[in-house]
Amino acid sequence: MNLWNRLMCYCRRRSPWLFHMNSGSCNGCDIELVASLTPRYDAEQLGVRLEGSPRHADILCITGPVTHNSVEAIKTVYGQVCGPKAVVAIGSCPATTNVFIDSRTLDGPLNRHIPVDVFVPGCPPRPDAIIQGVAKAAEILAERGNQLPVESVMVPIGESACACADATQHAVSEVQP
Amino acid sequence: MSYKIPMGPYHPALEEPYKLDMICEGETVIDANLHIGFNFRGIEHLAETRNYIQVIALMERVCGICSNIHTLTLCQAMEQLTGLNPPPRAQYIRVVVAELERLHSHVLWAGIAAKLMGFKTMFMTCFELREKVMDVLQAISGNRVNYSMNRIGGVNRDIDDPLAVLAMVEQLEREMVRTVIPIFTTSTTATSRCAGIGVLTREKAISCGVVGPTARASGLPQDLRRAAPYAAYAEMEFDVPVQQSGDVKARLLVRALEIIESCRILRQALTKMPPGELSTGDEKIVFTTGTATSRVEAPRGEVMYSVSWREGSRNPSRVHVRTPTFTNMPAVRWMVRGARLADTPLIQASIDPCYSCTDR
Repeated sequence: MNLWNRLMCYCRRRSPWLFHMNSGSCNGCDIELVASLTPRYDAEQLGVRLEGSPRHADILCITGPVTHNSVEAIKTVYGQVCGPKAVVAIGSCPATTNVFIDSRTLDGPLNRHIPVDVFVPGCPPRPDAIIQGVAKAAEILAERGNQLPVESVMVPIGESACACADATQHAVSEVQP
Repeated sequence: MSYKIPMGPYHPALEEPYKLDMICEGETVIDANLHIGFNFRGIEHLAETRNYIQVIALMERVCGICSNIHTLTLCQAMEQLTGLNPPPRAQYIRVVVAELERLHSHVLWAGIAAKLMGFKTMFMTCFELREKVMDVLQAISGNRVNYSMNRIGGVNRDIDDPLAVLAMVEQLEREMVRTVIPIFTTSTTATSRCAGIGVLTREKAISCGVVGPTARASGLPQDLRRAAPYAAYAEMEFDVPVQQSGDVKARLLVRALEIIESCRILRQALTKMPPGELSTGDEKIVFTTGTATSRVEAPRGEVMYSVSWREGSRNPSRVHVRTPTFTNMPAVRWMVRGARLADTPLIQASIDPCYSCTDR
């Protein structure tokens, strides 16, 4: 790992920007996510910021049991997040669909649609747990960023975006058990 | 020439997914269309497949902000069908948790409204204050969001030391009166963004059938805690704040005054709490055939549950929910007409919408 890569790795770990997405959640996890950014829990000490656009974000935080109506949006937003990226599933809903299991209007759990790096269980998880999950995702993000430049060097300029996405997918499959 | 600006369903100004199509002419909004259903989890259908214990846990997750209100309404409806009457102490505990929930919901709304005004310092102040309400709720129930306090015929947990809770509530009230309420009512930053925008006249409010703080800000003195008291509200003394102007500032004032009234109710409930049992303690619960309806005043307005049961069945045959946002939503269309585009996020937030309740 050269000096530039080490620096990038450090920077990614120290300033992960979040994009929050509600895929049919009950608001419980969403409010706890907002609460974790406010003075009592202060996730901003980790360099975390909630961003308005997925294109500015590094970590995608998804809450909710994934309704049919939100599946396409989740895939689109996941595609819009620039690599390297990480996905945090907040709450029990995206992990298992929770109490809504067997519902005909759900298409969950989340990892059927996009690769998930960190699950933060709980209904809803406490803000401390959410911050821990985001910190974990930031570590994964830093490692994953390191693998990217090597692969993207080999592809022509026009295809680099796809290659990035592929490389991310590849990295994800390595991380997941 | 008019053009359409779509906002959402996934938009930074929106906490929840829904779509607002605004038809604009220049900077002025001519009309708005609302599309919902992104949160549809089919809870009413799921409730028919759950038994009378599971259905309480399911209905608690209709909404993460007013979770206690949903179980309270459901339990009241099921109590009508089973003929069980919660003991007085349980009624008081229900009032305490419901009012604490109203406090945290209103402070949360104040924070979101401040954020939409671009007043981020106030957003942080509100959320810091809200954590203190959450501390009280956590001390009572052990949870921050889904309290699981209600059961058929009573409550699950006792408030062991009401006076300790009262001390926390009084500290909370002091901070509300000292910081949040004066800033929202007197600061020019807040009032200049709110006064005179999103006006809903009294006549329009009646024809749209709005409920809760939205109705009270348009001069309709309706409050179920006063009009049809449930739990122990009949024994509480409180005022129903009403404002006549119908704009966003009026809605802000109504909620600010309700925070003070909630503290007043909490003080009475915690000091007058009678000793006794927490629940009827019936091991076997027998339902009669029929439909029961229950209404309570949630932080956003009236919540109505209609529960049908067939005798001998463990599962309800129908659970119907009507949430306050469902009736308040159409009024947004009249509020945003003629408003500036930049004001629309604040106007739609001023009804305190909860789409996870509405879509279910």
